[in-house]
Amino acid sequence: MQVIIKGGHVIDPGNIDAVTDITINDGLITDLAKLEPNFFDNKSHDVQVIDAAGCFVVPGLIDMHVHLREPGQEYKESIETGILAAAAGGFTAVCCMPNTNPVNDNRQTTEYIIKTAAQFHSVKVYPVASISQELKGLELSEYGELKDAGAIAVSDDGLPVSDSQLMRRSLEYAKGVGLKVISHCEDPGLSVGDMNEGLTATRMGLAGIPNASESIMVMRDIALCELTGTPVHIAHVSTKESVHAIRDAKLRGVLVTAETAPHYFTLTDEAVRKYNTNSKMNPPLRSIADRDAIRKGLADGTIDVIATDHAPHSVLEKEVEFDKAANGIIGLETSLPLGLKLVEEGVLTFEMLIRKMSKNPSKIIGIPRSVVVGAPADLTIINPTRSHTYDVEKGFSKSKNSPFNGWEFKGMAVYTIVNGRIVFESK
Amino acid sequence: MTWNRKDILDIESLTVDEIKSVLDTADGLKEISQRSIKKVPTLRGKTVILFFYEPSTRTRVSFDIAAKRLSADSISISASTSSLVKGETLIDTARNLESMNPDVIVMRHSSAGAPYLLSQKISTPIINAGDGMHAHPTQALLDMMTVREVKKDLNGLRIAIVGDIAHSRVARSNIAGFTKMGAEVRLAGPPTMIPSGIESLGADVTYDFEEAIDGVDVIMMLRIQKERQRSYLFPSEREYAKMYGLNMARLKKAKPDALVMHPGPLNRGVEITQEVADHVNSFILNQVTNGVALRMALLYLVAGGLRNAGDH
Repeated sequence: MQVIIKGGHVIDPGNIDAVTDITINDGLITDLAKLEPNFFDNKSHDVQVIDAAGCFVVPGLIDMHVHLREPGQEYKESIETGILAAAAGGFTAVCCMPNTNPVNDNRQTTEYIIKTAAQFHSVKVYPVASISQELKGLELSEYGELKDAGAIAVSDDGLPVSDSQLMRRSLEYAKGVGLKVISHCEDPGLSVGDMNEGLTATRMGLAGIPNASESIMVMRDIALCELTGTPVHIAHVSTKESVHAIRDAKLRGVLVTAETAPHYFTLTDEAVRKYNTNSKMNPPLRSIADRDAIRKGLADGTIDVIATDHAPHSVLEKEVEFDKAANGIIGLETSLPLGLKLVEEGVLTFEMLIRKMSKNPSKIIGIPRSVVVGAPADLTIINPTRSHTYDVEKGFSKSKNSPFNGWEFKGMAVYTIVNGRIVFESK
Repeated sequence: MTWNRKDILDIESLTVDEIKSVLDTADGLKEISQRSIKKVPTLRGKTVILFFYEPSTRTRVSFDIAAKRLSADSISISASTSSLVKGETLIDTARNLESMNPDVIVMRHSSAGAPYLLSQKISTPIINAGDGMHAHPTQALLDMMTVREVKKDLNGLRIAIVGDIAHSRVARSNIAGFTKMGAEVRLAGPPTMIPSGIESLGADVTYDFEEAIDGVDVIMMLRIQKERQRSYLFPSEREYAKMYGLNMARLKKAKPDALVMHPGPLNRGVEITQEVADHVNSFILNQVTNGVALRMALLYLVAGGLRNAGDH
């Protein structure tokens, strides 16, 4: 089966920036040249032509931080519905966090996730296994076994690794195995609270979580990264102090990388007003100064990656008292539109956005993503001008916990292509 | 004025006129509690549910007496006797209560914002009787009533609120209420008990007790909760009493006729000495007395007593 993507503006930062056609055969990119017009007149029946005029064709987007909830919490999300939501958001690959039930700290769970995902022939799913057994922060998981089963990284995401010695050993041991370590930075003693510490929390009578709860651990992990010489990736950066610490570390040549989520560069703790549990997450939405520092960190390269931290929860966990509500929001279907908003606002160039949503995560976790002849045809086609209103009820995720319901967006993914196969097409 | 507000959730949402209207109504109803037969038929046939998810004696009894003196039927539900202990969600419990057609739900809950959640889900009027660390509007209104009774006007008064501001819904509602009515509010306590950004609410902050109460018209002491010692907010009750307790020597710093107030329950010997608690300037029991009248006023306004007054 041959697929031709016709007339799109192909942008793969560092490789190509041109209006051209892309020829795909058997899932691989076989040609990147403009085809003769008469080719399209004489095309045979098994050629599928995608008209990409006016659109950008980019290396397939990767979301390196999602929660698919399967196994164990399928009432919130399943691998199948998570994949559908990812495809609809323009993602060709996702990395799923290990806080499932059972925890992904074993070969069987990793293999189950990979096998289940593979049967849908859609978005590629790369499991992240746990740093510690059962996420308890006491003993290392079996990294060798997990790597062999197909895990691409380890993280105790959702919980911090409080014991610095365990974190050190994790980094050292992961280096030997060849697994990336992703750190959820939070000081549990400081983070007793339900939202960002500050005037809004004071007004609302909610216990606040200070910025230092995150940055203390970011600084610790940078120190451990230097001690061990092992790269560390900092998940969901939300504070200005964390951005400063990572920026300084990078200047020193420390092997630290970092991600933030669209909500941290878009919203502030004001979104929690009226006790809106769909704006409750961990780390919490922060102040305007933090949001601006996150934007600056994205613009100057301190923050390498935009990842959603897609965290589905049912109404059972969200339509409750604020302090009893679960942390987290869904994000797969709003990430690209919110990223495009940053381009619109001049914070990032389009090319920088594609680096943060595709090229950089691909480098960090070691999944190739390039629009070159011979590479797998994992591509996202983006219409940068199409306006739409986000309606969470029409979304593909099983859960509806989004603070962006009803938002107006300009620009979206119109085709998501994995191994040359269209896995999502916008109507 | 006619009363159009469905719920009483916090002080911030009330207008100055609404606050005055509540206080005036309460002043008028206070006399009923001094009669030998303490009952009027105003809310006859109305049902008031006292939905107390968090333990409370004073506030619940105060609402209960207020409802009964207006001839409403009041039913008390606590967390331990409701289906909440059986795992039912707050919204389900409230919808069940609503299905029995009450006229008002008075609600106390340990989670900030819980009354807001309910007010969005059910149509029965809700009076917030305290939600987490967020708000305690009926306490603030009865405090304003007590001060106004003595000082006649709240405008221009100086009020000191002393103690654990961070964990106090009483402090939050009183800051909102007294500043709205033109009073000047000063807050004092150890820095561990002063929440981030509180000065933006229009109150002055100091860590020095004596500076805070210098020349004030009202000293409002907050209850210190012993369990806060475990969250490292203060080292001991002994040291707290020494640094932030109200004693006779400190009382002299305030105006000679300053009112001493406390939302209760008292920790005698900790935030307030025996002598001050029982001093002629102490209005702590007047607060409790006024609490009944104030809650009668709110039930009367919210349950539509005004509209239905002509029925009798």
